[in-house]
Amino acid sequence: MTGPTARLGASASLDVGAEEQPIADLPPSSAVWCSGLRKRYRRQTAVDGVSFTVGRGEVVGLLGPNGAGKTTVIKILLGLVRPDAGEVLLLGRSARDPQARAGVGYLPELFRYQPWLSAAEVLALHVRLAGVTVPAAERRACLALVGLADRAGDRVGGFSKGMQQRLGLAVALVARPDLVILDEPTSALDPLGRADVRDLLLSLKARQVAVLLNSHLIGEVERVCDRVVILDKGRVAASGTLAELLGRRELRLRLDGVDSAAEERLAAAGAFTRDRDSFVVALPADPDATTVPDLVADLVGLGVRVHAVEPARISLEERLLDILRAGPTEERR
Amino acid sequence: MTARIVFTVAALTLQEAARRRVLRSLAVLTITLLALSAWGFSRLDAEFGGLTTGEAKVAASTVLNLVMFGLSLIAALGTAFLAGPTLAGEVESGTALAILARPIRRSAVLLGKWLGLVAFGSGFVALAGLAQFLIVRTTLGYWPPQPAIGLALLAAQTIVLLTLGLLLSTAISPMASGIVAVGLFGATWIAGVIGGVGQALANDSVARVGTISQMLLPTDGLWRGAMHAFQDQTLFTQVGPGFGASPFLSQAPLTTAYLGWAGLWVVLVLVLAGLAFQRRDL
Repeated sequence: MTGPTARLGASASLDVGAEEQPIADLPPSSAVWCSGLRKRYRRQTAVDGVSFTVGRGEVVGLLGPNGAGKTTVIKILLGLVRPDAGEVLLLGRSARDPQARAGVGYLPELFRYQPWLSAAEVLALHVRLAGVTVPAAERRACLALVGLADRAGDRVGGFSKGMQQRLGLAVALVARPDLVILDEPTSALDPLGRADVRDLLLSLKARQVAVLLNSHLIGEVERVCDRVVILDKGRVAASGTLAELLGRRELRLRLDGVDSAAEERLAAAGAFTRDRDSFVVALPADPDATTVPDLVADLVGLGVRVHAVEPARISLEERLLDILRAGPTEERR
Repeated sequence: MTARIVFTVAALTLQEAARRRVLRSLAVLTITLLALSAWGFSRLDAEFGGLTTGEAKVAASTVLNLVMFGLSLIAALGTAFLAGPTLAGEVESGTALAILARPIRRSAVLLGKWLGLVAFGSGFVALAGLAQFLIVRTTLGYWPPQPAIGLALLAAQTIVLLTLGLLLSTAISPMASGIVAVGLFGATWIAGVIGGVGQALANDSVARVGTISQMLLPTDGLWRGAMHAFQDQTLFTQVGPGFGASPFLSQAPLTTAYLGWAGLWVVLVLVLAGLAFQRRDL
């Protein structure tokens, strides 16, 4: 682990902020490792001390509201935007070296490909630029994977937005990447296309290809991602595995005849909110198997009439809204 | 590795020029100009059949230079308007994002674009220029004394302008960079004409206008060198004073120092464009 340390020490411009992680603790070569990224555009701070990692073969979702700095972070990782401070390693190599991107595939948010080339020619160009040799049959298979097999010879200029985004996915995948960075990969796709992308992400996951996914479609992220990083106002508002972030469970109850003793019993199980006869009790991440039956038995013992008991998981969407409403400083991990 | 990227991008640039109708519109413009000049030259011969050989040479040289100026203008406009969109346009549209996220250096992409444009501009100048020479030869029986040197200087002028276009396109929008490049090209030409008048009138300060502008942007200097290579070498003694005042005749060949400066100018501007492009946030 001397590599990053030496590189960090060598860069004079690096602003080692308080968020700096202990470098020695890092796994030998994550797919993405970035630390203390900062970027200002004139008076606007777009990214403010962002650090996170994407492990090899891990699928990480980047979430956050519009203008949170997600696309800027992605562009910094790929060397398309120069950070004011911070360090990036891609697949174990400093991102200052263009060769660090040799194993990286990228679908930009603003996807446009040479309109005067055919889809097959665009792929051939990207394979050449990536410095790898991919046989024509494999390139065709890649186009088929995104549903463009029969349009391989057509000029990109005649493609619809959705088809161009599909082509962009093929471009990101064609050079056999170990890391794929997808910025809003389904923004122009119909529901069928979105399902295709979900399958594609799952197949990448199965092949141990690391993925960094920026998407507004939380359901998608929840289904495929191992971990999420939530950005808000240029900072990491929260990050962790889905189990960590969504661990909290809740119990929804419809009760009748609740007195102060019953309320005390409910509070003992967890913090609760009440809306007339509806109660929501927050349960610990890993509740005891007896927690819910005991609570119900005690409530009945206290003379409460129980109409409904519904255990529930908090969705990523609710959690995301919680985190964003609470403000970035309180929920940091 | 880098050389492979440079050639890949150069080939892509040529392919773009060929497929994006730039080539076709350039060809239409050029053929129109060549046809007009062929008609003009044949009229020149018919109407002024009684010209002496000396007079015919002056007329042929002047008109040839005039038409070549038209060609150089087409080459300049064509490459400047190709150079702008090729960089700034790709950055604006987002095409550059996917390309530059590949394991390549931005300088390699810039150099590749430059090389492709150089090949395109030089190829155009060589073909169109040669066609024009053949027209003059058929109609008036005149063949320029140094055709290869003249065309090389004309190509160099195009290269200077497209390099400027590339530098501008790293900083400003595609259309603006084309317009500014062509505007500067025109301004330098006019400054060169003013300088020529200053020389003819032996007014040093006016003459200096031309010299300084030819140093700042070597397009006009190279153009004057090219004209000198196209025109009959005995003209100067025939026409005498007032020669320098003509915008379509040139008094002296280029010095090696000036050629060296033009070469250095291209390298400096290209390096500057590379640095600007390297620092640019996409």
